Amino acid sequence: MTAFENGSGSDGGSGSGSSGARSPLRLSRRSLVSAMGVAAVGFSLQACGGGKGGDGDKLNFYTWDTYIGETTLADFNKASGVKVQTSYFSTNDELFAKLKAGNPGYDVIVPSNEFVTRMRQADMLMPLDLAQIPNLKNIAPEFLGQDYDPAPKHSVPYTWLVTGIGYRKSRVNGTPDSWKWLYDSDLYKGRIALLSEAADLIRLGAKYLGKSLNGIDAATIKQVEEMLIRQKPNIKTFHEDNGQDLLLAGDVDLVMEFNGDIAQIAAEDPDIGFVVPKEGSLLNADTLAIPKGAPRPELAHKFINFLLDAEAGKHIAETILYPTPNSAAKALMPESYRENPIIFPSGTGMDNSEWGKFEGPEQQRLFEEAITRVRA
Amino acid sequence: MSGGETDWKRAKTGFAALLGPPLGWFLLFFAVPMAVVWAYSFGTNVGISDIEISGTFANYARALEPLYLGIMGKSLAFAALATLICLIVGFPVALAISFAPPNLKTWLLIGVMLPFWTNLLIRTYALIALLRDEGLINSGLELAFGWAGFERLSLMNNNFAVMVGLVYVHLPFTVLPLYAALDRLDRSLLEASFDLGAGHLRTIWNIVLPLAGPGIISAVLLTFIPVLGSYLQPDLLGGPDSQMIANVIERQFKRANDWPFGAALAFMLMYLTLFGIALQSLLKRRERPE
Repeated sequence: MTAFENGSGSDGGSGSGSSGARSPLRLSRRSLVSAMGVAAVGFSLQACGGGKGGDGDKLNFYTWDTYIGETTLADFNKASGVKVQTSYFSTNDELFAKLKAGNPGYDVIVPSNEFVTRMRQADMLMPLDLAQIPNLKNIAPEFLGQDYDPAPKHSVPYTWLVTGIGYRKSRVNGTPDSWKWLYDSDLYKGRIALLSEAADLIRLGAKYLGKSLNGIDAATIKQVEEMLIRQKPNIKTFHEDNGQDLLLAGDVDLVMEFNGDIAQIAAEDPDIGFVVPKEGSLLNADTLAIPKGAPRPELAHKFINFLLDAEAGKHIAETILYPTPNSAAKALMPESYRENPIIFPSGTGMDNSEWGKFEGPEQQRLFEEAITRVRA
Repeated sequence: MSGGETDWKRAKTGFAALLGPPLGWFLLFFAVPMAVVWAYSFGTNVGISDIEISGTFANYARALEPLYLGIMGKSLAFAALATLICLIVGFPVALAISFAPPNLKTWLLIGVMLPFWTNLLIRTYALIALLRDEGLINSGLELAFGWAGFERLSLMNNNFAVMVGLVYVHLPFTVLPLYAALDRLDRSLLEASFDLGAGHLRTIWNIVLPLAGPGIISAVLLTFIPVLGSYLQPDLLGGPDSQMIANVIERQFKRANDWPFGAALAFMLMYLTLFGIALQSLLKRRERPE
């Protein structure tokens, strides 16, 4: 529809360009590729799909941008002789859409937990042979056997994240430890930004109202919708997961964002804080899985096992600063990571948090329609 | 054939050979995908990943609900305003370029097209750097007028910013067709107008504007239609109430995973656009009765 579709096929790396007086522009893993256009994904796979020969010395890895250790792929190459070719997606929907029509050749993918459920229901994932993934023992037990993949049979956890409020300490009163400040108060009028994702907005609104974020009924959706319409004059913007950029640049003082994204800017600016509101929040995990039709399942298992290795996991965590479910890797990390209250939040908010469940397309449609009305 | 003087219209094989590949390309990569999306708009979601073309009109019925009509209306208003601003700003620019000396003209035209060499997204981010609360404009003004108790202007994340973005991006689409029309203008008519005592403004109003009419209509269409389908500017520059219809369509195809409804919305836009183009050709025909 616009020239946006012609985005050059850059494979990202780090944030490009600059914006804002105070800081370079940051794009999180979830926003960079969407920014550069999906073109990138197509190109890199095309480039490597060509030669059929030499099977077994390369692997197609489809993941989020800036979501792996700096040397991880080179290390794997050194250890196994396998060259990993990476392509990026920016949303789970993109991943899903790409695989919906048949696997174009990806061996390992990184879907979030709710999409593991969805892809399992659509029979798009290959069952894992856990005997080939001995490093699964490194994963802390509380991250295994969650509802999205109870066995676990189709996925192993790679990172986890929690949505909360990132804030500028010097500009708020105390700790803004309630969703109230984003949903139901004019105290920070014009200085707050919320995620634009419909499901997140409705679910966290329901949390504020004291309800579970799973099994939300129509009346609650309506209630959250009305609350957001009332709150709209106080909201500066619904951001596309670039909340950390808005916060760092001083455009807003409170932002709904994932802990990993806030941890990255808090490392640069000590005035940045993060809290999981006391009403509780939404827990997510990103996982490693093998899609049906993967050309090299054996290597895929080998690669997944490598990523779950303690030393490899440490390198990954050092780069991306997301919380790791890998307790062996965590043990190797410095205290500044292990004890970081943003990366590993604790307290009432965490205790009240829940894993989100995939509840079918009809529920998503209701969420979406409510938010369209809010923003109309 | 030997003479090589056959009318090309009669040389059927040569004509077909020339027309064939582009026509095939057009059918395969434009008409077919459009037809698929059009078929989706009469479809129903089945399960998680399948669409059944059931011939239902439910998607269109939903697209005609007040909620979506309202957003459509707002988008039309946005597009109309942006087009009007583009015309007002673009006309003097096009006029100036068409009257510039030939070698300067080339440079000026390159200047108009220069932004196309940079990705739209990068240009939009540049606007963010300019407009944001601690951006270049606000910092500059603060530096200049800080002593007088300058309050930061709210330039970002509102409809104003969206309008700035839309006008900035689409201005070349207005200037170029206007320039093409004005450049072809018969200068002797202008001289005649001046000779007969008309002033500059009067000449523009009575001579230039009517003659540039078709060019103005092309400029309006070339600007209005892409503005109507913009989703990047409302997404990146807009505030909580800046969504345009293309944002809603995008969400249907991505997050909402409701392709049939998204297709119906997209085709509503398409019907509207086709209607606009039909109207233009009608006007054109009336202007030049053969």
